[in-house]
Amino acid sequence: MEGKKFKKYKMYLKMVTSSLLRRRSRMIVALLAIIIGATILSGMITVYYDIPRQMGSEMRSYGANLVLIPSGEGMTADDVNEAKKYFPTSGEVVGIAAYRYSTGKINEQPFMVAGTEFDAVKKVSPFWHVTGSYPSASGEILIGQDVAELLHVLTGDIVTLYGNAGDSSIYSADLRISGIVKTGGTEEGFIYMTLSDLEGLIGGTGKIDAAECSIVATASEIDTAAAEIAARVPAVSAYPVKKVTSSEQAVLSKLTSLVLLVTIVVLILTMICVSTTMMAVVAERRREIGLKKAIGASNRNIIVEFLGENIFLGGLGGAFGILFGFLFAQAVSMNVFSRGITFQPLLIPVTLAASVVITVAACLLPVRNAAEVDPAIVLRGE
Amino acid sequence: MNVLELKNISKIYGSLKALSEIDLVVKKGEWLAIMGPSGSGKTTMMNIIGCLDKPSSGSVILDGKDIAKENAAGLTAIRRDKIGLIFQQFHLVNYLTALENVMVAQYYHSMPDEAEALQALEKVGLKDRAKHLPAQLSGGEQQRVCIARALINSPMLILADEPTGNLDEANEGIVMDLLQGLHDDGSTVIVVTHDPEVAEKAQRTVILEHGRIARIIENSSAEKADET
Ligand SMILES: Nc1ncnc2c1ncn2[C@@H]1O[C@H](COP(=O)(O)OP(=O)(O)O)[C@@H](O)[C@H]1O
Ligand SMILES: [Mg+2]
Repeated sequence: MEGKKFKKYKMYLKMVTSSLLRRRSRMIVALLAIIIGATILSGMITVYYDIPRQMGSEMRSYGANLVLIPSGEGMTADDVNEAKKYFPTSGEVVGIAAYRYSTGKINEQPFMVAGTEFDAVKKVSPFWHVTGSYPSASGEILIGQDVAELLHVLTGDIVTLYGNAGDSSIYSADLRISGIVKTGGTEEGFIYMTLSDLEGLIGGTGKIDAAECSIVATASEIDTAAAEIAARVPAVSAYPVKKVTSSEQAVLSKLTSLVLLVTIVVLILTMICVSTTMMAVVAERRREIGLKKAIGASNRNIIVEFLGENIFLGGLGGAFGILFGFLFAQAVSMNVFSRGITFQPLLIPVTLAASVVITVAACLLPVRNAAEVDPAIVLRGE
Repeated sequence: MNVLELKNISKIYGSLKALSEIDLVVKKGEWLAIMGPSGSGKTTMMNIIGCLDKPSSGSVILDGKDIAKENAAGLTAIRRDKIGLIFQQFHLVNYLTALENVMVAQYYHSMPDEAEALQALEKVGLKDRAKHLPAQLSGGEQQRVCIARALINSPMLILADEPTGNLDEANEGIVMDLLQGLHDDGSTVIVVTHDPEVAEKAQRTVILEHGRIARIIENSSAEKADET
């Protein structure tokens, strides 16, 4: 009995594969429609899942999303570490850049002077565009674009900075400009040096005026963390940088709903395309269907054969779609975000299943009609 | 024993009476020829006998069973189990080889059996063409594949509608010899033909005119019908 079933199954497979392979030119039209649909589907799903990831890292590079400043007495590095305990546990802390601010003069012009650690700045504010280089030795400074224009100085020039030292005496220091920074923001009016250089000039207090934190987290997680820090760490006030985080969310949700819309439209177009092709294929094969029925095929036989062919086509189209879709998403990602995407293994079963289901659904109606073909047309030679 | 009884069969297409009041009895093992001018209703009659169509009125008793009561699925089952069809055009599934075309009939009937299918091809002299696609076969060869397919399930009744109509004389001879062979083996064969020479080989010839049986010729030169 098993042998009998196996022989029938084998013959069935033979018929289905022969129909596809030996009618290649016909099959390719249908296959092409399915491949295009599957490609766009899998490409869109990839972009859909990858955009939030991409946007996340792009937006994060927009700067800090949580700023810590002293409340009252003053804030130390220990206070910052205490506050860090209340950061969202799920998210990675990209960086924390601590700043100390002072004022100073160059050529009688007053400027804000900031002391910080440049390694941390690079992490928190990767969008800083530096011509020349970050200070790498003591006595080097990084100045904002506005400062450079006011003073008519270039990278490599030496400037003399003076101001109030901590004990109300005046300090004066010759400093070399290692680089000029452009950010498009207030940073361009600042003079930056290492924290230790600044403390050398104005005296160390161990206090920090601000700490900019970049954390991978959602806006609400940041809000929660800020409230937590305010309640638990008395020396610190925490302010979420709302503007960036919420615009990130808005852009994301608009983008993803657009992608979703396009995907749905493409799916509908694919179904129309595939079912139109199937109708043409069925019309073309009326005689063959009539013949099979004349020699004893039941309607069920005919339907099962067509379904088999379409499951095959859907699977094959889906497989190509996965490949092309990945390449498509990769191209989009390279163009828009200038970085590659990672392949989602889950995409394989999802695209294959969607491709098969859509192909089968698209051919149900034509195939039902096919099964109704009158076998009498065969003897008539129509 | 009667394989087939047509009782007062009529087939009406709109205002056209393609068959009117046909009465015919075919005995087991008989070889019957049907002749008549074009449009006289031969194919219509074959369609009804072959369970491809139903009469407008009258009854068709096939192997003791009235097919008028069957629905489309029932007719398909009867066709599959009891009838072998050979058409004027050599209707083969064009993406299957000769062997596979024979096996398709087995597949729909019960189960494919390659050895048996190959045997049937051998019987029609095409064993070495088993792996060829229809497009690679001549008209005569294609028709022989159809004959192999028609006989593969040992049908009760073999129907051939102008089987040699599209063949040259040499191939016509081969095909007719094959049908003769089937008859000799005990099959009941009904052949529609234009060719009087072909009809002469049959035991009886039914002449159709305007959808009616004009006359029936008993062919004395042919052997007697098997009366069992
Ligand atoms: N499906 C149909 N619809 C309408 N008329 C038909 C149909 N089939 C056959 N006929 C008509 O019935 C008559 C008999 O046709 P047919 O049986 O094919 O004749 P034959 O096979 O003897 O040449 C013809 O006049 C033909 O036009
Ligand atoms: Mg005819």
